[in-house]
Amino acid sequence: MNIVVLIKQVPGTDNVKMDPKTGTMIRTGKDNIINPLDENALEEALRLKRSLKNVTVTVVSMGPESAMKAIKEAIAMGADGGILLSGRAFAGSDTIATARVLSSAIRKLWPVDLILCGERATDGETGQTGAMVAAMLDIPVQTYVQKLEVGDGIITVERLVEGGFERVQVKIPALVTVVKGINQPGFPTLAGKLRAKEVQVPVWGPEDVGLVPDEIGLKGSPTRVVKIFSPKLSRDTIMYRHDNTGRAISELINFLGAREIIV
Amino acid sequence: MDVKEYRGVMVLGEQRNGTIHRVTFELLNRGRSLADKLGVELSCAILGDRVDDLGEVILRGADKVYHVCSQDLATFLPGPYTRALVQLIQEEKPEIIIAAATTTGRTVMPLVAARLGTGLTADCTYLDIDPEERILLQTRPAIGGNIMATIKTPFTRPQMATVRPRSTRPAPRDESRTGEITVKNYGDMLVSLTERFLEFMADPSQEVNIQDADIIVSGGKGLKNREGFKLVEELARVLGAGVGATRDAVELGWISYSHQIGLSGKTVSPKLYIAVGISGKVQHLAGMQTSETIVAINKDPDAQIFQVADFGIVGDAFEVVPELIDALKKLRTGA
Ligand SMILES: Cc1cc2nc3c(=O)[nH]c(=O)nc-3n(C[C@H](O)[C@H](O)[C@H](O)COP(=O)(O)OP(=O)(O)OC[C@H]3O[C@@H](n4cnc5c(N)ncnc54)[C@H](O)[C@@H]3O)c2cc1C
Ligand SMILES: Nc1ncnc2c1ncn2[C@@H]1O[C@H](COP(=O)(O)O)[C@@H](O)[C@H]1O
Repeated sequence: MNIVVLIKQVPGTDNVKMDPKTGTMIRTGKDNIINPLDENALEEALRLKRSLKNVTVTVVSMGPESAMKAIKEAIAMGADGGILLSGRAFAGSDTIATARVLSSAIRKLWPVDLILCGERATDGETGQTGAMVAAMLDIPVQTYVQKLEVGDGIITVERLVEGGFERVQVKIPALVTVVKGINQPGFPTLAGKLRAKEVQVPVWGPEDVGLVPDEIGLKGSPTRVVKIFSPKLSRDTIMYRHDNTGRAISELINFLGAREIIV
Repeated sequence: MDVKEYRGVMVLGEQRNGTIHRVTFELLNRGRSLADKLGVELSCAILGDRVDDLGEVILRGADKVYHVCSQDLATFLPGPYTRALVQLIQEEKPEIIIAAATTTGRTVMPLVAARLGTGLTADCTYLDIDPEERILLQTRPAIGGNIMATIKTPFTRPQMATVRPRSTRPAPRDESRTGEITVKNYGDMLVSLTERFLEFMADPSQEVNIQDADIIVSGGKGLKNREGFKLVEELARVLGAGVGATRDAVELGWISYSHQIGLSGKTVSPKLYIAVGISGKVQHLAGMQTSETIVAINKDPDAQIFQVADFGIVGDAFEVVPELIDALKKLRTGA
């Protein structure tokens, strides 16, 4: 069974500092991480590798050269190999253009049985790349998956939806996007780290996946960002101190009453 | 693609078990104002088997309703839903299509966008029309919600966007409105050979779906332990509210992931969000800062959560919350 995991390198937002004047994030860049949900996708692939025979796990990432670190880390965690899609021509891709690049790369790796993605990335936060890749490959997709079982030519998934779970069965090849609850990601091992140093990770540019400049980057992207601005973060806050809890609570109840939230 | 061939605004309504879902009326509210700005018709697509009350969709603002009717659409499967919607779009050629950012909308819209090779902007908080270009302006939080970006889709059609449930009021009902209901039958094309819906299981711990809730009471690490977190659950019960949590509270096992709010959890914008023992890190704020009214209870006067709060109480949750529960109970019984 060939499994591809799509991983994206994102800013490690834990130490995000806010610029108090502009309200924007100050990025340092050097503390990039694997998108947390993609680690869950990878862990699910590794779980299958542990429980089934003949499973190969390949991670694929499109990004700047620094994304090589994410791929090596994935290998250190247990992936067999990886592909980095990198090149200036890819820059500025929106989700459609990104999905075009990723699906073209996956086609080159065919036959693939299962593609795993995170439900969304913490930077773009669109949560649409996975489904778009599936559409371009013309294979079934299941989103918001919190449980996955592989059967004979099929997979059965549990999807987290409004008010409960859905169980759905799809034929493979299929693409699945996972939510955090699916598993607990593991850590790189020492042996893995050593292997990661050895493994050659090919870097593919547009021509390697058979794409022309018009299909990728900004040119290949149907959407355009026209404006970026800072929202007003602070509201006009009414503050109460703990030395007078009773008063604070009656004021709060009046306040909520005046806003017609509680009656 | 000739963009001029596309005309009209379409919203993707939702039904659950044959009943029109309230989010449909929210979409109609957004759609109506866009259609009026453009001077075009507003249509609503409803995919499902038997659906009650399609007339209500007209009263809430649609000029046309397209009911794609098939037993293969009774429950959500990505394949049939995508094929139905792509077919409908190719027949009716709307210039704009808006769906809800529900698990259904967020799955089917990217599939449709990829099939049609057009752009899609997820989780828009604000939609408007550029009067000169007659183009859709899609505004959404970017980079974890600290920056807003306005996005457009200049060269391809339809222009596609999802908006978060509860981010607008449902369109008001107007008994005098008239419109046209068309049933579309796409036959075998909708049969799925690769997907099979097995079952839906309601999750009792999700009884109040937090994304649908008018009020959310949310707890963080400040509640100390699972026992402490119960205070939040009790306050929610008294208010008839949903329960939310920070990632830390979820990771400590005090409540399930489906309650996590923030960047790697759910995005909510209820009428009232009460944050108890939550520091207000950007990742948490990203999931709740568009709430209409925010109340924060935290013992640290400098906690960042107060920056987004409308009403802040600096105090110990273990003192403030029980008193608040008592006061609310008294209010209920009229004591
Ligand atoms: C990629 C990424 C994604 C993330 N996604 C999310 C996400 O989706 N959702 C999310 O919530 N977080 C997310 N985080 C984590 C986030 O950065 C914070 O760590 C988290 O939100 C903090 O949770 P907290 O407020 O419960 O805990 P803390 O930051 O520890 O805050 C606890 C607060 O409780 C107060 N307190 C303590 N005792 C009391 C008391 N007795 N009474 C009243 N107040 C008290 C303290 O003053 C403090 O402000 C993410 C992080 C990363 C890196
Ligand atoms: N540049 C990329 N390289 C590899 N995988 C990606 C990339 N962008 C998105 N993905 C995958 O698609 C998922 C959703 O991303 P997004 O649509 O950006 O929220 C991620 O969790 C990844 O699995």
